[in-house]
Amino acid sequence: MTRKPLLSVENLSKTFFLHEQNKVIPSSSQVNLTVYAGKLTALIGPTGAGKSSVLKSIYRTYLPSSGRLLYETAAGVTLDLALALEHQILELRREEIGFVTQFLHTLPRQKTLDVVAMPLYRQGVDKQEGRARAAELLAELNIPERLWEVPPATFSGGEKQRVNLARGLIASPRLLLLDEPTASLDAKTTDRVVNLIQRKKEQGTGMLAIFHHADLVKRMADEVVELMVPVVNV
Amino acid sequence: MDKILEVKGLSQVYGPGCDLCFASTGPDFETNICPHCGSIVALHDLSFDLYKGEILGIMGESGSGKSTAVKCLYFDQMPVGGSATFFDDSGQKPLFKLNPAQRRSLRNHRFGMVYQNPNLGLNFDISAGGNIAERLLMSQVMNYSEIRERARELLARTEVLTERMDELPKNFSGGMQQRVQIAKALATRPPLLLLDEVTTGLDLSVQAKILDLILEIQSELNTAMIVVTHDLGVIRLLAGRTLVMKYGRVIERGLTDQILEDPQHAYTQQLVASAL
Ligand SMILES: Nc1ncnc2c1ncn2[C@@H]1O[C@H](COP(=O)(O)OP(=O)(O)OP(=O)(O)O)[C@@H](O)[C@H]1O
Ligand SMILES: [Mg+2]
Ligand SMILES: [Zn+2]
Repeated sequence: MTRKPLLSVENLSKTFFLHEQNKVIPSSSQVNLTVYAGKLTALIGPTGAGKSSVLKSIYRTYLPSSGRLLYETAAGVTLDLALALEHQILELRREEIGFVTQFLHTLPRQKTLDVVAMPLYRQGVDKQEGRARAAELLAELNIPERLWEVPPATFSGGEKQRVNLARGLIASPRLLLLDEPTASLDAKTTDRVVNLIQRKKEQGTGMLAIFHHADLVKRMADEVVELMVPVVNV
Repeated sequence: MDKILEVKGLSQVYGPGCDLCFASTGPDFETNICPHCGSIVALHDLSFDLYKGEILGIMGESGSGKSTAVKCLYFDQMPVGGSATFFDDSGQKPLFKLNPAQRRSLRNHRFGMVYQNPNLGLNFDISAGGNIAERLLMSQVMNYSEIRERARELLARTEVLTERMDELPKNFSGGMQQRVQIAKALATRPPLLLLDEVTTGLDLSVQAKILDLILEIQSELNTAMIVVTHDLGVIRLLAGRTLVMKYGRVIERGLTDQILEDPQHAYTQQLVASAL
């Protein structure tokens, strides 16, 4: 394949320095991977190998300690996400890069439909259309309609996760980071999620994902990258 | 994206000041009081850019200079140093070089402020509606009934019972006072809003209403905001980028989620850990 990757991570390492304890904690070490448009790369490895840290470094929730994170923007520019300005990152998050985590931070009174439609609102889509598209996704993900007009604060873990997923997928980002998107779901709901992710892939979204189950990796991944637990130098 | 505000090297000293004030205060000295002249260095060398529609968070412990920063920008006081440029539709305005009439005009039309202390933001001797009318009167030509209608609209918008618009705000609860302040600040639909601890001290359900309202305003009017708070939860929900201040200095800045999940500075690490 001669196509350029959407994302190319070269020798990414992340360490934390805890001042209080005067301690360096290595989290991911020398990670190399690529993600192509319309393909899914799965990150595997034991706990402590720094899988989530890699996703967070790409999203810049973590500051990468070393390495390059080369991303091809929609405008055709290669941007090192490790060095990009904060405003550039904010714009990419709004327009191009999505992240589905296990946590949901929402406004206390915001209704689920609006939580899901938020990425569309940020892109200037009006409320009516945003809510209509959110409803479609929520239905597809099997979230009962009676929950749509309620804030997700009181939802179960699995419901919150699907709300998160709907929000991550709604704007069809070019690059989507998925951190265990099906961790708390039953088999039937997992299938729905898998179908939805599959469809977004076909529509061209490039994905980097962590799955809690090897079976899902087999079903979903076009490429698999295995991480090792970093060696601690004492 | 368009810049709306550019702040460079903003400094404020309360007291006579001396040549050693800046060199002998700050996080390294663990004080903002100059040992040589006793002045308080409330702010030193604050710089940042703010873009249209962006929410910037400023967090830090009590006394770190957060309120001083927004008060300087709202012309409540003149800083001892630094500059701030406001990029208005009609051109660039160097805030601290404007004459009093120009300053008043920006304050009344283009900036909105919600003070930490409602005493400063509201006139307690006139009704809630009157507070808003006052601001409308300064900005547009409208007749009495238009002004009253607009004030009612704004109060409804901020969920202040409109039956109470003729009451004095000094009889309101803290949360209501804050909402009247927000209504007042919004009266002119300003492109820049300064919010100093808008939710502090309010019970959670009122906090929730105010946070919703702030984000609604931002998405509806594309208002740029500076949100000052020591509440990390508020920062997380509102601000895209955050500055962390201590003893008048910015000690760390970054994307808000990065500041909260991967803080670099010892002080920020401590602040975040203690909030968990
Ligand atoms: N008018 C003033 N005269 C003298 N000192 C002042 C004045 N205003 C503020 N200070 C001092 O300047 C420093 C910064 O105060 P400021 O009100 O900006 O802090 P803050 O970060 O807003 O704190 P808080 O979180 O408690 O509101 C403090 O040490 C304060 O005591
Ligand atoms: Mg203050
Ligand atoms: Zn001094």
